[in-house]
Amino acid sequence: MAILIYGIINSIALAIMALGFALVYGVSRVPNFAHGALYVVCGFVTWSLLRGLNLNYLVSIILAMIITGVIGALIYQFVLIRVRGMAISEIIASYAIGLAILEGFRWWGFKGMTYTLPVFVEGSINIGDIPVDLHRVVIVGICAAVVASLWLFTHYTRIGLALRGMAQDERAALMLGIDSDFMAVVAMAFGSMLAGLAAILLLPLGNIVVEAGYNVLILAIAVCIVGGLGSWMGAVIAAFIIGFAQILTVVYWGAHYQMVVALLAIIFTLILKPSGLFGRQKELEERV
Amino acid sequence: MNIEERRKERVDRGIKVRTDGIYAIMSLRELSYLTMPRLVLIVGLLILPLVMPGMYWQRVISIVCIYSLLAISFDFLAHFVGLVCLGGAFFIGIGGYIAAILNTSFGFPPIFTIPISTLLGAAICTVLLLPCLPLRGVYFAIVSLMYPLLMARIIEALNILGGTDGIVGVDSFANRWIEQYFVLLMVLLSLFGMRRLVNLDIGLVFRAVKDNDQAVRASGISITFYKAIAVFIASAMGCLSGACLVHIYMWSGISQFALDFSIIPIAATVIGGAGTLVGPVLGCFILVPISELLRDFGTLRIVFYSLILVAFIVFRSEGVMVYGQRKYHQFERWVKI
Repeated sequence: MAILIYGIINSIALAIMALGFALVYGVSRVPNFAHGALYVVCGFVTWSLLRGLNLNYLVSIILAMIITGVIGALIYQFVLIRVRGMAISEIIASYAIGLAILEGFRWWGFKGMTYTLPVFVEGSINIGDIPVDLHRVVIVGICAAVVASLWLFTHYTRIGLALRGMAQDERAALMLGIDSDFMAVVAMAFGSMLAGLAAILLLPLGNIVVEAGYNVLILAIAVCIVGGLGSWMGAVIAAFIIGFAQILTVVYWGAHYQMVVALLAIIFTLILKPSGLFGRQKELEERV
Repeated sequence: MNIEERRKERVDRGIKVRTDGIYAIMSLRELSYLTMPRLVLIVGLLILPLVMPGMYWQRVISIVCIYSLLAISFDFLAHFVGLVCLGGAFFIGIGGYIAAILNTSFGFPPIFTIPISTLLGAAICTVLLLPCLPLRGVYFAIVSLMYPLLMARIIEALNILGGTDGIVGVDSFANRWIEQYFVLLMVLLSLFGMRRLVNLDIGLVFRAVKDNDQAVRASGISITFYKAIAVFIASAMGCLSGACLVHIYMWSGISQFALDFSIIPIAATVIGGAGTLVGPVLGCFILVPISELLRDFGTLRIVFYSLILVAFIVFRSEGVMVYGQRKYHQFERWVKI
C-alpha cells in the first residue's frame, strides 16, 4: 500500500519534471539540456522574490514562472535557433548553457541548507494507514490539473493546435502558415515554465541545491527516452514505469540505487528500442 | 547612380598548388612550406617542458596532454566515424581504475600498468559500448553521456573499488621529466598516427560510415565491425590518458568519471577546429591553461568555458585551426561582380 501511494507520487513528480523536456523536444526537436538549470533558476527566483522582496508566495510563484519562461525563450531565440538542425551542436550548446547557469549559482555561493521554500499546506493525512504529507497530495492534484489542461490546450486552442502541427510535420505546418520559429520559441517558453512549475512543486520537499539541476535533467531525459522522444503521453506513462521501479528499488535494495535505475532505463531503452515505448521516430533515423 | 557590388574571393596560394604534388617540390622554400607547421608543432611541444617556469606549470603541461589525447579521440570518433561520444570520462575512468588496481593490488610498475590498462581498458570499453553501436546521432550521444554517470553511481552504490574514497597510494612516474615526455610523446604519436590512419583504406571506410552508412552496408562491409574498431582505437587513447592521469595524481577515484573529462575535450575540439585532429590539441593548449589561471575563481571557470563554448559553437563553429589553415593556404581578395 505504501509502495502504491509513494509510487504514484514519485511517478507524478517525474512526469512533471519530464513534461517540459518532452514538449520542447516534440515541437522543435531541440533536446533542451538546460532543462535542469531552468528548474534551479525558477526555484531560486521564487526564493529571492519570497525572501528578498517579501512578496506574497502565490505572486512570487507566478512571477518566477513567467521569468523562467522568458529566460527559456531568450535562450532559444538568441542561441539555440542558430544551431537548430545540427543535433550535436544543439546538445552541446544547450548543455553548456545549463552548465554555465548551474556552476554560476554554485560559484555565487548557492549551496547548503539555507535555501528552502515553504510547503503549500502543512500537515498530513492518512490514506488507509499510511501518513502522507498534504503537500504531496496537493502536488498530485496540481499535476493532474496541469496534464489535463495541457491536453485541452493542445487540442482546442490555436497555439496549441499549431504546436501539435509543428510536432507532427514541420513542413506541412509551415505551408499552412504556422511560423515555426515563433512556435518553437513559444514551446521553449512553455517548457521552461513547466520546469519552473516542477521546481516550485517539488523543491519545498527539500533544499534548493545545484545538484538538483543535474538530477532533474537525468531523470527528465530518462523518462522522455523510455517514453519515446517527442511523445507526451509516452512521457507520462514512462514516468509511472520509472517511478514505480525507483520506489521498488528503494524499498527492496536501497536508496543508492535510485539513480542507477534511471540510468539503466535510459541505456536499455536506447539499446533495445531507441524510439521508446511510444516514439514515432522512423527506424532508419536512429539506428543502422 | 550605380551600386558597386563586391564579393570576397578565396584563391589558393601559388605555393600551395605547387606543393600539392610530391614531384613539384624543388626548392627549400616549398619544402619548408610543407614541413614548417609540423616542425613548429613537434619542436614546440618537445621544448615546452624545458621552458616552463616551475613545477606547477610543468604539471599543467601533463594535464594538457591528457586532455589532448581525449580530445583527439573525441575528434576522431565524431568527425571521422560519425559517433559523437559525449562520454570521454568513461574511457578515462576505466583506464584509470585498471591502472590503479594493477598497481596497488598486483604491484605492477607504471611501465607495465599503462600498456596493459590501455589495451584491456579499450577492450572493456568496446565490449560495453558494443550494444549501442547501431545507434546514431543524438541517441548514441545521449547513451554515451550516461555511461560514465552510471559507472560513478554503481561504484558509489556498491561501495566497490574503494567506494567514494577511491584507490590511493598508486605509484608515480620515476621522475617528472619521464612523466612529461612520456605524455608528450604519446600525444604526438597518436596525433600523427591518427592523421595517417584516417588516410589509409580503413580510414576511408570510417569516413564512408560517417557519410553514408547504407552505402557501406550495400558494399558488403559490416558497419558495426568498423565502428567497433574505431571505438577500440579511440577508447585506447582515452584509457591511456586515464592510466597516465592516475599515475600522475597517484590516486584514482569517482571524480575520473566526472563531466570535466567529457566536456573539456569537446570544448577544445569546437574551439580548435573540428575534424582537423590538430585543432583539438591546440584547443586544449588554449583552454586548459586558461582554466588553470582561473582556478582561484572556483567553479566560475566552468561558467567561463561553457560560455566560450557556446560563443564558438554559435558564431565561429569552424574553430581556430580551420581558420588558420585557410589563411595559410589561401589568400582573399575583393572582386567586382
